[in-house]
Amino acid sequence: MSAIRILLATIHRDLLIHCRRPADILNPLMFFLMVVALFPLGIGAAPAVLTEIAAGVIWVAVLLSTLLSIDVMFRGDFDDGSIEQIVLGRHPLILVIFGKSIAQWLVSGLPMTIMSPVFGLMFHLNAGGILALVIALLLATPVMILLGSIGAALTLGLKNGGVLTAIVILPLYIPLLILGTSLVDNAIAGLEYTGQLLWLGALLAISTGFAPLAAVAGLKIAVKC
Amino acid sequence: MLQAENLTCERNRQVLFQELSFTCGPGETLAINGANGAGKTTLLRILAGLYEDYEGDVDWQLEEYPMYVGHKSGVKDLLTPYENLSWAAELYNCDITREELEEALQAVALRGNEDVNCGALSQGQRKRVCLARLFLLDNPVWILDEPFSAIDTKGVEILEARMLQHIDAGGLVIMASHQPVSFACSQIINLGSS
Repeated sequence: MSAIRILLATIHRDLLIHCRRPADILNPLMFFLMVVALFPLGIGAAPAVLTEIAAGVIWVAVLLSTLLSIDVMFRGDFDDGSIEQIVLGRHPLILVIFGKSIAQWLVSGLPMTIMSPVFGLMFHLNAGGILALVIALLLATPVMILLGSIGAALTLGLKNGGVLTAIVILPLYIPLLILGTSLVDNAIAGLEYTGQLLWLGALLAISTGFAPLAAVAGLKIAVKC
Repeated sequence: MLQAENLTCERNRQVLFQELSFTCGPGETLAINGANGAGKTTLLRILAGLYEDYEGDVDWQLEEYPMYVGHKSGVKDLLTPYENLSWAAELYNCDITREELEEALQAVALRGNEDVNCGALSQGQRKRVCLARLFLLDNPVWILDEPFSAIDTKGVEILEARMLQHIDAGGLVIMASHQPVSFACSQIINLGSS
């Protein structure tokens, strides 16, 4: 019972903080929008070409903007000492980190998923492709946040952790990228994509279980030295 | 309550303290004195469990969940004092009513500011938000690192009164402060003197 309570309290607190400094969440979303919108301008508006690159472009843009937003996930709490208080508190650190990950997803992964059908239309995807894109992002964005939280925690004690976070985390995103783009490509071609969907689900289950553990270890290193 | 044995800590190739042993129990005040860089903060962080690069044993006989007030306040600038305190209470799993929160803010003379973002408060007021936890939550062990910094004379009086009250109720206060306290500390550790 107290586990659910601290989880909800953490989500509430983080959402409150995000809402009071909207730049931190709006900037990555704007970045996502710009990156995706630039491709048709650069490549040309031929529907056949756009449909072909759609999946790759949208997925890479989602990955990059997740990375942009993930770096600030623990930074503020670390700088003002909130993390110390959380470590000293009665609740297992993992619950708070899990709560923070959920809050982070609500302000970055979820909005990007909601925005994606618009981009689907922009890239001339058919209805099946757009549906698949949304479902795939719904499964994959939480994984991106969870994996990203590991990198954010590990680079916390460093002065300039941003680039390092990207170097540490991007390789871990490769399976997501491969599965996600092949899923959307299959859907556009009208083929079966249950396999990739199940794989994404499996990745989500694994990272829900293990990523917060790794993030806890990273945070403890950052705090206790 | 607390037993520390043979604590040795080295930082930047300098021995901060060596073979330091002490015990303290309920109703005691342990003052840690020393010049800048003598290792006061490090010792307090070791006792709080926030620093692990040391040798020796720290044994809290019970799980005490010490209240730690450090150099970083742990106060979120984007939240109001009220929200900051309810989060602190949440972390220690305490059920707190709005009245109790208001009383704690009243005690540190922050009434009227409870719905202003902490970022808009002065340094001293932010410190008071941090210290309001001591008035709100009932942890038996307090570990205070420079609790009086940025606090005015009136605030120091209030805080000292609260400390005495806490000690009388069987609490333990471990404190490092450059400012002498008006009451007698039951134990004093001088760092860097050996």
